[in-house]
Amino acid sequence: MARSDVQLMLDVKAGDEASFDLLLEKYRTPLINFLFRMVQDAGTAEDLAQEVFLRVYRARQRYSPSAKFTTWLFRIATNLALNSLRDNRYRKLEVSLDAPSDDEGAPPREVPAPEMRIDEHMVERGRSEFIRRSIDRLPEKQRLAVLLHKYEEMDYLEIAKILDCSESALKSLLFRAYETLRVELAPLVARPIEHPTGEGSES
Amino acid sequence: MKCEEVSKQLMGYLDRRTVSAGRREVEDHFLTCVACRRRAEEFRELWRVLDEMPVVEPSLGFNARLRERLRAEPEKRWFGRLMHAPRLVFSIALLLTLSVWVSRLPRDNSGGYGTAAPSEQEDFNAIRDLGVLENYDVVTKFDALSELIPTSAGQPEPEPDHRTSDD
Repeated sequence: MARSDVQLMLDVKAGDEASFDLLLEKYRTPLINFLFRMVQDAGTAEDLAQEVFLRVYRARQRYSPSAKFTTWLFRIATNLALNSLRDNRYRKLEVSLDAPSDDEGAPPREVPAPEMRIDEHMVERGRSEFIRRSIDRLPEKQRLAVLLHKYEEMDYLEIAKILDCSESALKSLLFRAYETLRVELAPLVARPIEHPTGEGSES
Repeated sequence: MKCEEVSKQLMGYLDRRTVSAGRREVEDHFLTCVACRRRAEEFRELWRVLDEMPVVEPSLGFNARLRERLRAEPEKRWFGRLMHAPRLVFSIALLLTLSVWVSRLPRDNSGGYGTAAPSEQEDFNAIRDLGVLENYDVVTKFDALSELIPTSAGQPEPEPDHRTSDD
């Protein structure tokens, strides 16, 4: 029978390094994706993910299973991501004062998949870039809530604990975030207006 | 149910991971309100569209790099470990304080410390041999020192010092 995350962490605390490897394998990809969607830079996301795992490892002796392991893990990640964004904003401000960059805001370069035609890739890249930018424009807390709810599939209680707010405040936060995204991404999600007779113009 | 209330319950209604108490009421509202129904459908579509975000894979050296950093972590010293055991630290500190306090207590001459405690006879001899006490008879009759002269039966009467009695 597979051990729970809490049990794995308790085993790490007892000195079992293999249990740490299991946690690493399980959470490195979700963690890197969460951080990438927050900081919008793959290298920074990896560095931050490493820092998260390092902090978990360092804190192993003090670990007590008072909450879900993922709550603890993503809370560390959230704090690191927010700090990184703030530091980066400060750095950008310094750079813009000295030497304004023309490339600022330009999308990262991607290599198209060999099996994809270039026009397909452009469409695909255009769509995902459009979505990414829309998420990126959300206020930090709304963005965090959407990432944890949509991509990490966490329940409201757990997200509320990570973001340090009440469950009802979280629901309101999520509603506002999704409502903003619905408007921003209207070209992708808008449904045709139905006629009063009930006949939709959707074909 | 009004549109505003539907907005409040929409997240719970759409999220299949939770059971929304007012689910039936929301659905009844959708039958009559096209705008709310449309919004709910667009939320569902939005969630589907958000799934199109590409998944980033960790770089090949991610684990190796992390292992390297873990190896480079300084080994915690014994006092570093103690910081995580405040009760133990407190007990050790208390024990040390008590030890210091006990060692500084004034020592009792009557016992416990053995050879270091001088006997009454030695005290008497020390007084007797002082240069200023030239006449033993005077000294023995001196009221202030009368208490120092052992009178009990258990204590041997010191022999008068004939060296000084002639003067």
